[in-house]
Amino acid sequence: MSDASTFTTRSIQIAFVAIMIGVWYGVTTTGSVTPLFLPPIDAVKSAFVRLVQTGQFWSAVRVTLTTIAQAWLIAVVMGILVAYLVTRSKFLVAVFEPVIASTFAIPLTLLFPLFILFFGIGPNSKVAYAATYGFFPVALNTIAGLSSVNEHYLRAARSMGASGFDTFRHVLFPAAFPVILTGLRVSFFISFASVLGGETLSSAAGIGKNIALAAELMEPARMYAWIVFVICTTVTLNFVVSAFENRRREY
Amino acid sequence: MTAAQADAAARRAPAARQGFSYATRVRLTRWIIFAGLLLAWEVYGQTLANPRLISPPSGVLYALFSEILADSRIVTAIFESFREVIVAYVASIVLGLAIGLGVGWSNFGRRSFFPIVLLLYAIPQVILLPLFVLIFGIGPACKIAFGISHGVFPIIVNVIAGMRNVNPLYLRSAASMGGSAVDVARHIYFPHMVPSLFTGLRLGMTMTLLGVILAELYVSTQGIGYWTKVYAETFDPAPLLALIAVLALMAIILNSLVRVGERRFTRWRN
Repeated sequence: MSDASTFTTRSIQIAFVAIMIGVWYGVTTTGSVTPLFLPPIDAVKSAFVRLVQTGQFWSAVRVTLTTIAQAWLIAVVMGILVAYLVTRSKFLVAVFEPVIASTFAIPLTLLFPLFILFFGIGPNSKVAYAATYGFFPVALNTIAGLSSVNEHYLRAARSMGASGFDTFRHVLFPAAFPVILTGLRVSFFISFASVLGGETLSSAAGIGKNIALAAELMEPARMYAWIVFVICTTVTLNFVVSAFENRRREY
Repeated sequence: MTAAQADAAARRAPAARQGFSYATRVRLTRWIIFAGLLLAWEVYGQTLANPRLISPPSGVLYALFSEILADSRIVTAIFESFREVIVAYVASIVLGLAIGLGVGWSNFGRRSFFPIVLLLYAIPQVILLPLFVLIFGIGPACKIAFGISHGVFPIIVNVIAGMRNVNPLYLRSAASMGGSAVDVARHIYFPHMVPSLFTGLRLGMTMTLLGVILAELYVSTQGIGYWTKVYAETFDPAPLLALIAVLALMAIILNSLVRVGERRFTRWRN
């Protein structure tokens, strides 16, 4: 894409955000939307400042981030492990891959009440729920990556006397890495959304809980402060990840 | 029979004895593993498990008929969520096609608005769930709206992706032969975007189900969310598992229907 068209696209996107903020400002100052649904920007800003000052902000962020990190870690380890075991033979892939893929098409949110039953409303139920959801993209992408590794590499490694782990470490994993990386990225964003979702549904702490609580207490300014914060975080994360991926692709 | 013939016959024998084709063996293994897991769960549930947390499959099956299907309030709640999924899905398709065609029609629209769509798609929409309840109340409207907000994005994205793959030569020749916008949509975009469109429809179904179920679980004062909350809080796993199984079955059936449609409409390409 040429620089000129990138410039045009970027300007349109910035204009889009500017228009959204303009509309938000316009409808709230003229009073055409009740402040319950959409509070004025100033109110949201001061609600955010208050959140940070009272320390609620950082404690909620810490809970949510820890939960996401734990869930993602479990999802990645389990996903790669299961994928490694399944790709030991073509037959096993044929048996398990469709099962894993079609399970992922069911809304696994259905299992959330079970996790609440097993682990209570503390962070553990969110870890279990998000890890379950995040497991699938890792497993599916790793299976796809590992089972598409060129047969010649494997035979060469074996003929040079590589052990099973050597082959995995030096041949299978590096060859499948780009596809696995996609799985890790998808899994991260799914874990992220699942933790927030779990906290919104039923929780004692965290960002999701704070959003739900603010809505229940009819404090839209505080709710919007959290929502805007999460949206900005997601957008930033997306930019960072895609910049990183573009850099990698250039190599 | 010479020794060589006997040897060859012996080598053929195992293959003949197995007799099953590869696909059958795959399916058979899958069912055996499934049955084994079910059996292990049954044994575990009957002996070691804490009955307040885990119920054996037989208990779940019993609860399905004695508690879930026998209670007309629960059956109504299940049908209600089914109706919400259908309405949300149809609305997602209509909206997704309209927005997708609008954005994907021109190079300009694609380049400027597609990244915005992708950005919106990336936001974890579940954080907006309390807002949806605030705006739409706790009735079906909220669940349908939330289902649409989930289902519409994969459809938009795949419609645009499908339109991008259409060979520009076709578009130019249609234009030079005086094809109207409707002609171009009907005879060029639609046939070429079928595979991508159906990927979108399949993902759209998964996401619509997710959105509706999330909203159902969030609104815990009525519908399915109420019952799951009751069972989870009273440590009554059998009906909870039965209810989850019914909803999962609904999801599986809806997903398979979309997949059957996909296979039927993409067959001509092969």
